[in-house]
Amino acid sequence: MIRDITIGQYYPVESPIHRLDPRVKILASMLFIISLFLVKDFFQYIPALLFVSVTVRVSKVPLSYILKGLKPILVILIFAFVINIFLTRGEVIFTLGPLNVTKEGIYQAFFMMLRLILLITGTSLLTLTTSPILLTDGLESLLNPFKRIGLPAHELSMMMTIALRFIPTLLQETDKIMKAQMARGADFESGNLINRAKSLIPLLVPLFISAFRRADELAMAMEARCYRGGENRTRLKVLRYTKGDLVAGIFLIGYIGMIVGARFYL
Amino acid sequence: MAIVVENLTYVYDQGTPFQTTALEDISLTIEKGEFIGLIGHTGSGKSTLIQHFNGLIKPSSGKIIINGLDISGEKVKLSELRKKVGLVFQYPEYQLFEETVYKDIAFGPSNLGLDDSEIQRRVIYAMDLVNLDYDEFKEKSPFELSGGQKRRVAIAGVLAMEPEVIILDEPTAGLDPRGRDEILQQIKRLHDEHRVTVILVSHSMEDISRLANRIIVMHQGRIEMSGSKEEVFSHGDRLEAIGLGLPEILYLVKALRERGVPIDQGVINFEGVEKTLINLLGGSR
Repeated sequence: MIRDITIGQYYPVESPIHRLDPRVKILASMLFIISLFLVKDFFQYIPALLFVSVTVRVSKVPLSYILKGLKPILVILIFAFVINIFLTRGEVIFTLGPLNVTKEGIYQAFFMMLRLILLITGTSLLTLTTSPILLTDGLESLLNPFKRIGLPAHELSMMMTIALRFIPTLLQETDKIMKAQMARGADFESGNLINRAKSLIPLLVPLFISAFRRADELAMAMEARCYRGGENRTRLKVLRYTKGDLVAGIFLIGYIGMIVGARFYL
Repeated sequence: MAIVVENLTYVYDQGTPFQTTALEDISLTIEKGEFIGLIGHTGSGKSTLIQHFNGLIKPSSGKIIINGLDISGEKVKLSELRKKVGLVFQYPEYQLFEETVYKDIAFGPSNLGLDDSEIQRRVIYAMDLVNLDYDEFKEKSPFELSGGQKRRVAIAGVLAMEPEVIILDEPTAGLDPRGRDEILQQIKRLHDEHRVTVILVSHSMEDISRLANRIIVMHQGRIEMSGSKEEVFSHGDRLEAIGLGLPEILYLVKALRERGVPIDQGVINFEGVEKTLINLLGGSR
């Protein structure tokens, strides 16, 4: 049940996208997000759609797998769709009780939905093609310039690494405790809201206890190996840009150029 | 017949790159009142197999029938099944959550919808089985107990459901020798006195050879061997090849046989070897 969540998961295959420097991928994701908000009409989505489909294709992650990642945000998608359809002012097409459905509303609803879908699929590619360790390495490296103004870049990325590292562990643990309590007749799936919330106690108490225990053990193990934060730490694997990154960079600039061009000059 | 498994196959994460076949074409029968030792190396599929017996995992294909009830079917009352088959996971102490030992052990029975006096009777019964004094421990927090005591509280939590079949996954892992002996002794008593069918999962040949009357050996998701202790232990080389080996004492027997000392095939435990050797040396204790 918990295993179904694919958003934020790493998909381990060999592809040119997987091999890109994480910094390039993080910057590309950020630029992609900004570019989506520059788009003002359906026509301008074409470059974005092209960009996403080409990247998905090259990354060798099956499209079905990426779309499965949309499942958890389906509620948000529907919510956004409904809100837009009913609450946009304009030319009324028909009325549903106190609510007006307008031409602009329908347009806006589809427009927003497409934006959200592109946003999720595009950005989920970042985590699908980058292992968590590389991702945080890249983040740290990108945040490094901000150290001068007092940003604890290393500590932040270490916290992220640890958090990411423990997601699968905690999921496994949750699964195990759930099964153990189910073996004792616990029921997590039926009953009304209050009963269901109550039924989570046998799950949450052991989960928290074990999370604290793990945190304690990890802190001890790090200290035992003289971990003292980022000062003077060197890395085993140093990030270096390659030719592939150059190609990706050119591709990215081309894409941004198209979006900006379409937005301001067409 | 307590448990019948027919052509069971289970695949993890089907249709993703993480897809792995954990169990392949398993068929086995476990009779009522048996004491089964299920042994296998880490990753041999034994933990996955036992979760099927309790309905926690549904088979990818194949059938599981428990007391005549096909539990791989769609409409099975799992609560009924869990009354019949108790499952104690590895490190069960991590599932404790209540404020007191009493409440924690009562969690299972109260999920069965029993009334208070019956719940109390069962808690007393279960605590007696695992050798925890009722009056001394009932009001204690499970978190202030020692590791071995926590383990016993957790096991009592399953026993209080009074299952006909109990499955224990590595119940002695991480315990000191004394804690280990106590737990094994209690499991033996459960089988001998209360006629509960026991499936003991372990990778310790020592533990299994002491208690089980039938051994099932698993290797890479399949059943490698199944039979009496004598039968299974006669395939020492194969057991070693799959990383399990024999109980220590049998290595002594093997070495002695190679040097021409006549020892019966049926001698497989410590006490037997001790007796044989004393006889051979012509002495008495």
